[in-house]
Amino acid sequence: MTYQKKDLPSKISKIGIILLIVGIALGVLAFFVDHSRAVFNYLIAFNYMISIGVGALFLIALEYVVGADWSVPIRRVVEFFAAIVPLLAILVIPLLFNMQELFHWSHTDVVMEDAVLQSKAPYLNVPFFIIRVFVIIGIWTLFYFFFTRNSKKQDTTKNQKLTTLNIRLSAVFIPVFAITISLSAIDWLMSVEPHWFSTIFGVYFFAGSVITALAAVTLTTVLLKENGYLHPSMTDDHLYSLGALLFAFVNFWGYIAFSQFMLIWYADLPEETFWFIQKWEGSWAIFSIGLIIIQFLVPYIALVSQPSKMNPKTLKFISVWLLFAHLFDLFWLVMPEMEQMSGGYYFSWIDLTFPIAIVGILMLVFNMKAKNENLIPIGDPKLQRGLDFHL
Amino acid sequence: MADKKIFGIVSLFKDPNAIISAAKKVASAGFTNWDVNSPYPLHGIDKAMKIKPSKLGIVTLIFGLSGVVLALLLMWWTMSVDYPMVIGGKPYFSLPAFIPVTFEITVILATVSTVVAMFAFFFGLPRNAHALHDTDYMKKVSLDHYGIVIEAIDPKFDEKSTMDLLNNLSPLTTEIIYYPEKETYPIFEPRFLALLFGVAVAVSLGTYLMLNKLMYIQPFNWMDKQAKITVQSRSDFFNDGRGMRLPVEGTVARGFIPYPFEDQKNPTEVLSNPSFPTIENLELGKSKFLTYCSPCHGNFGDGDSRLQGQFPNPPTLHSDRARSFPDGMIYHIITVGQNAMPSYASQVNREERWAIVNYIRALQRAKNAQDSDIKFVKAE
Repeated sequence: MTYQKKDLPSKISKIGIILLIVGIALGVLAFFVDHSRAVFNYLIAFNYMISIGVGALFLIALEYVVGADWSVPIRRVVEFFAAIVPLLAILVIPLLFNMQELFHWSHTDVVMEDAVLQSKAPYLNVPFFIIRVFVIIGIWTLFYFFFTRNSKKQDTTKNQKLTTLNIRLSAVFIPVFAITISLSAIDWLMSVEPHWFSTIFGVYFFAGSVITALAAVTLTTVLLKENGYLHPSMTDDHLYSLGALLFAFVNFWGYIAFSQFMLIWYADLPEETFWFIQKWEGSWAIFSIGLIIIQFLVPYIALVSQPSKMNPKTLKFISVWLLFAHLFDLFWLVMPEMEQMSGGYYFSWIDLTFPIAIVGILMLVFNMKAKNENLIPIGDPKLQRGLDFHL
Repeated sequence: MADKKIFGIVSLFKDPNAIISAAKKVASAGFTNWDVNSPYPLHGIDKAMKIKPSKLGIVTLIFGLSGVVLALLLMWWTMSVDYPMVIGGKPYFSLPAFIPVTFEITVILATVSTVVAMFAFFFGLPRNAHALHDTDYMKKVSLDHYGIVIEAIDPKFDEKSTMDLLNNLSPLTTEIIYYPEKETYPIFEPRFLALLFGVAVAVSLGTYLMLNKLMYIQPFNWMDKQAKITVQSRSDFFNDGRGMRLPVEGTVARGFIPYPFEDQKNPTEVLSNPSFPTIENLELGKSKFLTYCSPCHGNFGDGDSRLQGQFPNPPTLHSDRARSFPDGMIYHIITVGQNAMPSYASQVNREERWAIVNYIRALQRAKNAQDSDIKFVKAE
């Protein structure tokens, strides 16, 4: 097989740097203008990064553990997005310095007066939280490092044992991932309202993050394929598989989100319902209905037919749409918990600054990885089968 | 052999790549009634055969959508129109509670209709005989060969040219397949029906024995067997052994005033009528009178009902004696009964009894009308 590596256009890194600098500058300004709002927005941005990075890591493990062939030619795209995972340890630091702003349970005087928070204190306390955060990010980084090191090594050595090794690693990673992503979602998103609890919350966040990672991968794959950076023998059938997986996870998200809502709605217990009532107050009701439409109905209708799952235009549109939808989802989860916005949403430019930085970081990281590595895992023993894939 | 009807021409190939390139050539030759047989699904054969995407999805869509509509209509009608019930303090039409049912109905209608449509319209089943059955060709393509069959009903079919076309594809063998002499087989053959019946009985019986006798293990029984006394069961806790306890003597149910003259045959004093004969009250009395009283007393209280002769006839309600009863006395008779008449206390409640009394008063007035009453009628 002959594969000539083509470098990505240099303007990607330029645009990435500009977006990142603009995003950081506006973000720093936001911290001085409205400190609380900026911290909450940063929390959303950070969880968005977790979603893409760890979601991509899960997709890598999924490919190995189920023995998929079709996704081998695009595995590098997934790996490049997973490269965000090591950055999480740095990105998390500003949040750790602003925990008082985010979490009621980090105030000792509040916890003293609150019986519920007292009973949760053995888990929700600052030292244990910080330990958990770094242990979880450490585990993810470790797996990222092993997965990509083996994959990269295979490009030159063509050693089949590396695939076997990665399959074993993936089988270990999947249950570890299930626990860590649940804990991460509970720590960062659910504990913003420490009185509320939902046992399905980890799965909810997992569904959203896989959609996000898949959408990022789908968008990049379609763009790279259209501009001839990927292998020419890749067909629409590969795109169809991506579209079908997207469709499946959109359904999965809808299923989980509805399950969470319906059980709480039906049981009607005040200690659970107040969380949804908060999200129905004032203009938040529009956000709640909007979430159903944006995250479920539109992608569902757009992807339901067979031709649309392999249509590059539809896929590009719906990928961008879903990338936005998860941001919207996180916004809906976190923002009504901010005290100033508990009655309803009011607009501020701060909400727009952090997504700019997210796009900038993603472009930079992707470009940096693409510069140093092949865009196709040329040493993978399953590559030819992956390229020959037909429906 | 000449009088045999040709079904089609078949070719065998040994290699999946050969069959795909052969299929491409046959498709580009413009044939429509032809097929490829292989022991397993071949990737890329759809494109090689130029098969258009199946229309089966439309069936799924139509039935799925009708599932949504039907399920919602059913629940809307039963739960909020025909028999409204408050469940869990939710509104009559509460969409979140209906979504799981709607989802299930949608899925089952869509899947079942898809399978049925696939068998009935796309596969043309039931069809219990096919010319390719019992041929050497079919045995081979079920095992390790790949075959192409071009049917004789194809408009482009010509025995010689089609044969040449297939031979040019360098197959292993090419042969003509004829229809079997007996072309059709009845579906409802007695032996087949007997087999179906036997299978049905065996499966039902086997399932029943398996699940209910052999494998019936209760994971826990603390819901099935609870330490409580159920309705009409015995209790050794009490001396009389009755599980269901009687209320303490003199207990009065909420909102219920006991009738004070229950034990007296000829009460010296009776209740006075608390209800006023409005039109609604008389309508109620009429309806209850016609239901409970008229079978014996007759529609107008003359004692001339359709039960005459079969049952001791009650006297007319228009006698002087009956007319001189106070309202409370008629109420008393309805409540405790008189002579052969039983108590109607359990059938008509207190309000309805007074309404009946008022209605009987109206009947009595009408049956013994005086000239002076006409003035009132004319005045209206």
